[in-house]
Amino acid sequence: MKGQANSSVKIDASGIFYQELNARLRDAVKKGAHRIELYNVYGQRYIGTDLNTPVEIEIFGTPGNDLGAFMDGPRIIVRGNAQDGCGNTMNEGEIVIHGHAGDIIGLSARGGKIFVRDDVGYRAGIHMKEYDEKKPVLVIGGTAQDFLGEYMAGGILILLGLNLNEGQHHKVNFIGTGMHGGVIYLRGSVESYQLGKEVGVAGLEEKDYQILQKFVGEFASHFGYDTKKILEHKVIKLFPRWLRPYGRLYAY
Amino acid sequence: MKEINRTNNPYNDDKMINACSLFGVMDTSGRRFPGEGVIRAIANMHVRGNGLGGGFAIYGLYPKYADLYAFHIMYLSREGQRKTEAFLKDKFDLVYDEEIPTRPTPRIVKPPLIWRYFLEIGQHKPAEQSADDYVVDRVMEVNTKLEDAFVFSSGKDMGVFKGVGYPEDVADYFCLEHYEGYLWTAHGRFPTNTPGWWGGAHPFCILDWTVVHNGEISSYGINQRYLEQFGYYCTMQTDTEVVAYAIDLLMRKHGLPIEIVARILAPPFWTDIERRPLEEQKLLRTLRQVYSSLLLNGPFTVIIAHHGEMIGLTDRIRLRPLTAGIKGDMLYLSSEESAIRLICPDLDRAWIPMGGEPIVGRLGRPLQPKEMVAAREGIPDVN
Repeated sequence: MKGQANSSVKIDASGIFYQELNARLRDAVKKGAHRIELYNVYGQRYIGTDLNTPVEIEIFGTPGNDLGAFMDGPRIIVRGNAQDGCGNTMNEGEIVIHGHAGDIIGLSARGGKIFVRDDVGYRAGIHMKEYDEKKPVLVIGGTAQDFLGEYMAGGILILLGLNLNEGQHHKVNFIGTGMHGGVIYLRGSVESYQLGKEVGVAGLEEKDYQILQKFVGEFASHFGYDTKKILEHKVIKLFPRWLRPYGRLYAY
Repeated sequence: MKEINRTNNPYNDDKMINACSLFGVMDTSGRRFPGEGVIRAIANMHVRGNGLGGGFAIYGLYPKYADLYAFHIMYLSREGQRKTEAFLKDKFDLVYDEEIPTRPTPRIVKPPLIWRYFLEIGQHKPAEQSADDYVVDRVMEVNTKLEDAFVFSSGKDMGVFKGVGYPEDVADYFCLEHYEGYLWTAHGRFPTNTPGWWGGAHPFCILDWTVVHNGEISSYGINQRYLEQFGYYCTMQTDTEVVAYAIDLLMRKHGLPIEIVARILAPPFWTDIERRPLEEQKLLRTLRQVYSSLLLNGPFTVIIAHHGEMIGLTDRIRLRPLTAGIKGDMLYLSSEESAIRLICPDLDRAWIPMGGEPIVGRLGRPLQPKEMVAAREGIPDVN
């Protein structure tokens, strides 16, 4: 990522409206910036949207809603927490959050990767989708609030529960409600009532271990964890029982 | 029903679709502080609203008249003011009154008259009625029977300032930089189904109870009819009003703590109740049966306040956002974490509460942040 000496840009975002901030990002990328540091970010929305190069954007502060929405290639690092709608319909790229994230993270994502060190809010991964090689990945280090993977149509969602103590359960309810594609890997235990009706449970096969090795490995390298130690614990796989769970809802 | 079509709405339907913004901050040690930070924080969420409503509630506002009921009243005509003042003089001892100081700003269009009155009940009320009940009845009388007059707030040592505009413009208009309080709540409005008029701006208030709200109370009709049986009449043409009256009924009149009230407004699902211990099941079933008409349906986040307490609560599947933050004695509640960080970058803790779980700051009680997810255990201790 380190290109020429002039390819790194620093922006003080204090008091800058989101439209102008995103215009400045587009401008910087157009002029060849490979790395952009944003300071004093307080709630500016859509950061990284409309960018389609692998520029690295490091954010100090609290980025606003829809961080990386429709993003197509950049790598965003957040030194802090993210708000709601992070990774909305992103197509390619990576978001690494050194903190927690709010509701509907990864909603409708079509590709790219999101790594969250701590917890996430409601409806993480809602309606993520995939097509051929395009497969979004969402890895959550902590635990999640309700409706994890709701209406999931594709992609890989990994919930690690690293902040649960021995014997503690995930409290997330309605996991995978309406799920009809993709896969959820869940480390740490849940009761069967916490799972949505459309979800089946399976043990891991060789290809699942390969997937976990790869993406948990990336998670661990971002946040300084030991992959092997994380994967010593039991992980279950949740899959959609039907491709069209509501296909008969209005049929009679 | 009074005629409110003569109210001003400088905006047309060509509006950005967004959501309301909520902000609340309380110093649980009781220290009063100016509103500069609150105004910056709510202004930071400018894009959530559309300029059709902004408002503030301030507690610890009138220490000089702390024992008197402070009424903030909006008038749409001088005639309305004349009749209302005659009514107030008949029903109370009027200690002091004045027009609320304002500063003309181009962004606040055609403001109504807004006055404040400091009232003593004296010998006016019947012996068997409580002072608070007497005041509620008089507020309802003004709101339903007197033309062109609406009571914005009616508590002691607190007040509501609100209007049509963005919250930062409303703050500028009412010169809020001159006031101090130990608890502030603020609202930026994006009205969904109801008119953007001065009375419809948040906070909604009865006595010293205030509510700011983001969402839509789709159970409004049921809630409103139920509350009418207890003498609460909805006149502000918007859903949030029922929350203020429901809270007054449940917490003041029925003496229930917020931990129970949260289970009435945002009760656990029946399937959830079935998995609780038997005693708790009994309590939760009873609450759902007795107060079924006060269940709030639809998406909501509210910040409820009264003297000594600030409460954040969302609907049980959290269809609207709420973030909480703590720094020393300060409790912050906000639609977005960035607004808190803007005025307090080094929070001791920031977290996102579970749906239906009340976050409560109490005067003189140290704050006890819960883990973000550790909220599914039964009813918390009520003390």
